[in-house]
Amino acid sequence: MNVLSVLLYSMFMAWPAQQPDANEILERVDQNMSSRNRIVESTMIIHGRRASRTITSRTYSVGETKSFTEYLSPAREQGTKMLKLEDQLWIYSPDTDRTIQISGHMLRQSVMGSDLSYEDMMDDRKLQEIYDAKVTGEENFKGRRCYRLQLEAKVEDASYQSQQLWVDAERFIPLKQQMYAKGGKLLKQVILSKVEKVQDRWFPMKMVYKDMLKEGDGTEFNVTSIRFNQDIPEYIFTKAALRK
Amino acid sequence: MIRFLIKGILRDKTRSVLPVLVVSLGVMLTVFLSGWVTGVFGDVIDMNARFNTGHVKIMTRAYANDREQKPNDLALLGTSELISQLKEDYPEMQWVKRIYFGGLLDVPDEKGETRAQGPASGQAVDLLSPGSGEAERMNITQSLVSGKIPQRRGQALISHEFAERFDVKPGDPVTVFASTMYGSMAFKNFTVSGTLRFGNAMLDRGAVIVDIRDARQALNMEDAAGEVLGFFEQGKYPPEKALEVKTSFNKKYSNEEDEFSPMMLTLGDQEGLDEMLAYSESVVGIVIFVFVFAMSLVLWNTGLLGGLRRYGEFGVRLALGEEKPHIYKTLIYEAFIIGLIGSVLGTAIGVGLSFYLQEHGIDFGSMTDNMGMMLPSKFRAVVTPQLFYIGFIPGLFAMVLGNALSGIGIYRRQTARLFKELEV
Repeated sequence: MNVLSVLLYSMFMAWPAQQPDANEILERVDQNMSSRNRIVESTMIIHGRRASRTITSRTYSVGETKSFTEYLSPAREQGTKMLKLEDQLWIYSPDTDRTIQISGHMLRQSVMGSDLSYEDMMDDRKLQEIYDAKVTGEENFKGRRCYRLQLEAKVEDASYQSQQLWVDAERFIPLKQQMYAKGGKLLKQVILSKVEKVQDRWFPMKMVYKDMLKEGDGTEFNVTSIRFNQDIPEYIFTKAALRK
Repeated sequence: MIRFLIKGILRDKTRSVLPVLVVSLGVMLTVFLSGWVTGVFGDVIDMNARFNTGHVKIMTRAYANDREQKPNDLALLGTSELISQLKEDYPEMQWVKRIYFGGLLDVPDEKGETRAQGPASGQAVDLLSPGSGEAERMNITQSLVSGKIPQRRGQALISHEFAERFDVKPGDPVTVFASTMYGSMAFKNFTVSGTLRFGNAMLDRGAVIVDIRDARQALNMEDAAGEVLGFFEQGKYPPEKALEVKTSFNKKYSNEEDEFSPMMLTLGDQEGLDEMLAYSESVVGIVIFVFVFAMSLVLWNTGLLGGLRRYGEFGVRLALGEEKPHIYKTLIYEAFIIGLIGSVLGTAIGVGLSFYLQEHGIDFGSMTDNMGMMLPSKFRAVVTPQLFYIGFIPGLFAMVLGNALSGIGIYRRQTARLFKELEV
């Protein structure tokens, strides 16, 4: 065995040992992205074909089941609130003083004309709970070494049948996410960036969503402030809070 | 001679009953099918024009590309100016703004929370301006099942099917939840002023009709409209005129480089209606051809059988010195009279049947429920002046042609054979 063969053999043997298991990667991703609860303030820039709009909002969420969003600006959206409890969603409009439950086909519609659907917003489950994962290789994405993961849905009610993830190999944050339909058609893509350390975890402060079936430049979601594991009063997650 | 022939036809039933029946049947079918085809295709085209395509339609180029989805984010802006320009350019036409929107129709309980809801297919038309003609154009008054047409802003008409399913009555509040032209959430409370049934599955499924001012406010579409529809004043779609208007409008206002510049389409350019127009015209021709051909074959055969039966008579007439061409001529006259009687009878029955189906129609609602094209659920025939003469030509022609073919046998009649027959 010559030196080159030894080198190649040792590299071949060494590679899988260095690469974490797909479930381990997902677990570390979930550790970064999920939390007991959080309060997020964000701006959403929606690039339409005619013009761009900026919408600001504050969201309170607890685990995967409860979330409450209040839209702060522009004036037309101000005071509109959304409440999600388990798999139910209500929207309150101050102009009409009506609380409307969103269901059926409307859940697949875009939120505020963005590239996100209500379903996208509602599905906060950990990736590990929805998908079986396998590592398909390593790739550089925007100068960062990434693990490339193939995810296949293991539950019936997954919004997307499969996904491809490019996970930062050092900080365990997805930097690119592609969502596919059952037939293999690419439906959505998310590019995550501006990864910052927030309360001992890494978190992407900018996400660009692109509905691949729509024209336009996608929707920019910028986190302006995020606080994890806060004391959030329980009354926020009630329908009564929508009218306050 | 005509009186003599008529006497012969009336007295010798075997000479006339079968041919009259055949001609009547053929003419009746020609007249009825012509009335039916014209009625059904006319209704389909008229319905599409009133509710969807107009005689011409203006949209932005981008909207036109995805027009099945009614993308209000690509709607026309500055429609007041556009319409005043159109009125100046094409004074013989009427122009109306329309907005189509999808969303949810939500019925509140006493706490203002969702009691019931269903998908809404909204149409915003000018219901409140005097002389807009939209309520008549869309046949709203005739389609009302309960309540009345909106009299002021904030009122809506909803599908009777939806109202029955969710126990909503005129005077009840409902909320429309949709998207503004910029994609934001749009909420608007309405009071139900009436419920309606158009008799078309596509229109009746979750239909909500509101005044265009309310829709503009709710959908953030001030001075915007998804579509501007143009109608020629005489009411019927004139393809050549529409094409002229389209060509001149697009030349003046449309710009290929600008996806938000307006462009015009004719009724024929939309929903495959051009093909349907061409098809409806050719179907009547095909029907007539088929019946003339089929009737001629039957009448030829009848004439041959009649000719055989009347061999003796022809023989005697020849023996009496009548010329072969004269016998042939009387045969043709006879055929003409029988054809005329059959045609009158057939036309009367065909027009009567068409009139009945014009008034009552046949309900195909269950079969057209899931079809993409806008079809009336009741198909009706139409009685047009054309029906009163369309059957005569094939009726007379087939009878005369049939007898002319069978009558050729007269010339092959041998006098020698005749005497032999007479001996028998």
